[in-house]
Amino acid sequence: MNATPSTAQTDVAKDDSMLKQKAMMANHFDRLTSAREQNRKVCSTFVPGNLNELIMCFDLVNNLPEVNAIQSGLRKKSGLFVMEAEKHGHSEDVCTYVKSDIGMMAKGNIAPNGKMFPDPDVLMLSYTGCFTFMKWFELLREQFKCETIMFHTPYEGDGKITKNMMDYMVRQLKEEVIPTLERVSGVKFDIDRLREHLTASAKAEDDLVYVLQSAKHKPSPIDAYFGGIYYIGPIFGAYRGTQDAIDYYRMLRAEVDERIKAGAGPVTPDGPMGEEKYRLVVEGPPNYTSFRDFWKMFYEEGAVVVASSYTKVGGVYDFGFRHDPQNPLESLCEYCLRVYTNMNLPQRVDMLENYVNEYQADGLLINSIKSCNSFSAGQLLIMREVEKRTGKPAAFIETDLVDPRYFSPANVKNRLESYFQMVDQKRTTGAKGVAA
Amino acid sequence: MKSYIGIDLGSTTTKAVLMDDNQEILGRGITNSRSNYDTATRVAKLEAMVDTRLTLCRRNLKEQAPQLEERLDDFLYRLELGFRLEQFIEQLGDLEQTCLEHVTDDRFPGKEKVVRDVLGAVFSDLRDEAPGIYAPDAKRRSDFFRDIAGSRYLAISEARAKEADLSYDLLLNVYDKSIIEVENHPPSEDMSGKFIRSLGKLIDNAPDFGVRQETVEKAVRDALDVEIEESYLVGTGYGRVTLPFSKEHIRSEILCHGLGAHMMYPKTRTVLDIGGQDTKGIQVDEDGIVENFQMNDRCAAGCGRYLGYIADEMKMGLHELGPMAMKATRKVRINSTCTVFAGAELRDRLALGEKREDILAGLHRSIVLRAMSIISRSGGIKDQFTFTGGVAKNEAAVKELKKLIAENYGEVTINIDPESIYTGALGAATFARRAVEGQA
Repeated sequence: MNATPSTAQTDVAKDDSMLKQKAMMANHFDRLTSAREQNRKVCSTFVPGNLNELIMCFDLVNNLPEVNAIQSGLRKKSGLFVMEAEKHGHSEDVCTYVKSDIGMMAKGNIAPNGKMFPDPDVLMLSYTGCFTFMKWFELLREQFKCETIMFHTPYEGDGKITKNMMDYMVRQLKEEVIPTLERVSGVKFDIDRLREHLTASAKAEDDLVYVLQSAKHKPSPIDAYFGGIYYIGPIFGAYRGTQDAIDYYRMLRAEVDERIKAGAGPVTPDGPMGEEKYRLVVEGPPNYTSFRDFWKMFYEEGAVVVASSYTKVGGVYDFGFRHDPQNPLESLCEYCLRVYTNMNLPQRVDMLENYVNEYQADGLLINSIKSCNSFSAGQLLIMREVEKRTGKPAAFIETDLVDPRYFSPANVKNRLESYFQMVDQKRTTGAKGVAA
Repeated sequence: MKSYIGIDLGSTTTKAVLMDDNQEILGRGITNSRSNYDTATRVAKLEAMVDTRLTLCRRNLKEQAPQLEERLDDFLYRLELGFRLEQFIEQLGDLEQTCLEHVTDDRFPGKEKVVRDVLGAVFSDLRDEAPGIYAPDAKRRSDFFRDIAGSRYLAISEARAKEADLSYDLLLNVYDKSIIEVENHPPSEDMSGKFIRSLGKLIDNAPDFGVRQETVEKAVRDALDVEIEESYLVGTGYGRVTLPFSKEHIRSEILCHGLGAHMMYPKTRTVLDIGGQDTKGIQVDEDGIVENFQMNDRCAAGCGRYLGYIADEMKMGLHELGPMAMKATRKVRINSTCTVFAGAELRDRLALGEKREDILAGLHRSIVLRAMSIISRSGGIKDQFTFTGGVAKNEAAVKELKKLIAENYGEVTINIDPESIYTGALGAATFARRAVEGQA
């Protein structure tokens, strides 16, 4: 569910961090496609609740099918892949990440670097809040006949993490996850190695939070949705717990500091953004097949996203959680439990309400994804509730992740423009209008 | 005098509303959008201006010729008909000229002269029957030049082609090529001339209105002489981006519909607009400011265009669908409101032996159900409720809507303005007025 648009964005005005991010993504795919030559084994897993630190303890290379689907979307290949999957019998309503992935495999399983993806040696499902993930891995297991680990994360139905939940999850790690990974990789688990990675994770996480929260400044130095998707790439991808990630976020943080000092806004694909006219909180994933066009509809109108829920799918760090080397296994479990889509609706509403207030936003915009139930269920309710509590206008648009057929530019633009004008109207007339 | 103009560039029609300083609507104009929004804008604006002149005539006559009393409406109706006839003859001339230009030797080798002669005869017939089309008691199915001239051209040219032993298709081809060009010609600006000529004929031929000729003439001429300054114009609707005006002159149609509905019915809180390609549910506050909205996406199922296709399939006029559905004795359940599948759905039901009126009743219900779902997503229906857009003119749709509202939301005041097709343009005109005043 997470993202790292990089390869398709060739003519973006580049900061050093952008170049580094791009290089990291390229390196990620090179590492994957050369895994066999390097005699390394591959673990496929999902972004939300991914246990990268643990995976690295077994020298496994981390493959993220969602990231592959996003890359296919950005590179305008997903449309063909989705149709290929439909040809194989997958319904039109199935998550398009899944179909893009399945279609890509049917079409030769070629990575963005032009080389073939390796078959996975183990499938590790570490977040179970999305039912589709489970089905997705069932399909992959059928195809690759490899080991599958199902690490069950209880849903935060009551909005809190109990001792029972933690015990249950830690026991799974000890009894199922770690022994299987040892068996598949042939590497013995070393908890001190895990501690080192967790220490590194926490450092990068501090800087990520700093960067994302910098949007509280006016003007915001970042776009926390479109830009944010680049920023979360390394930490939600296969780099959390590495020195590379620490370096990247330090570099990014310094650049953001520079922009704050200069009173500058975000950098967009067309260069530095003009005047900040609207500050928005966005709920829901973006559309990747028309990512730049979609973003442009915002920055052209002077709209900057100051906070988004999507940049929390791979971990919610706002409220203080950090990976903790002192409690390594517990900390991994807590991380999984705190993933955004594992939070219940009241928690999500609270979080978005706080974002609107703390980031001084003009309102909430929901991008509802046709094929993502994890996100879409309850979104209308969320919208109503946040609207009611904050008194700020909300709006709803509909697109899809990587199916180009479900992005109607005229329709989306129409709604966005209406929304921006609605915000304008609200502003000029105040909560109680006097215009008529 | 100052004027504020709102233009709503819809997918099917383009509407204009002209408003004065007191927020009074002086004129409305409508034309088909003809895939050329630039011309459509000019035509709609001109039509609103024509309507404005008639409004001003009415004001003057009321004041200067009070003895006209209840005959005022008839007088103005005849004045407008005369104007329309003048306009029609003028456009006919343009169409004839354009048709003749298309008759070249390379396209009609050896037949050029025959075709020209036949065309001459066809247009002569058309001109001859024009006064009948615009006679006070004549019925016209449409007011658009394309529809009137087109249907008559087809009928007359068929007969004329037969006489001359010429292919009918050939004449159709000339027409098809020319009408598009003619529709894209900018409209003629000579409005006063046409009114004056119409007035002259009216005075010469019409029944005695019991008022001195000079009084009437002066009232009309004064109305035509009023200088109308175009103070500000706001455009809305799907064609808005292509318009030759800057961003400050553009508002989203959602905002315009919300404000337009508020202007018509100030107590409006929920607006439903079913237009050609989209259905919008809009919530507005007590000042007409949009609080929330939902609209269909990706798919125009259940929108006005759907009824258009159904009408085509049934070889009926769009305005005949509602009355036929009202005759239903039962409703056929229709689940698909897909515009593309409309024909298949219809034929399927007909093949099953269902009656046309029952199928139509079912179709109307299904589009209203879809609209209800969009409204509920925008926050439901609050009192008062205003229904706008072309479909609001359809009695069968209105009947279903009222029923469903009563079932789901209880007693709600439902407003439907006969001029509801101008709601977006009215909102735009209001924005134009406010822009000058420095508001919103």
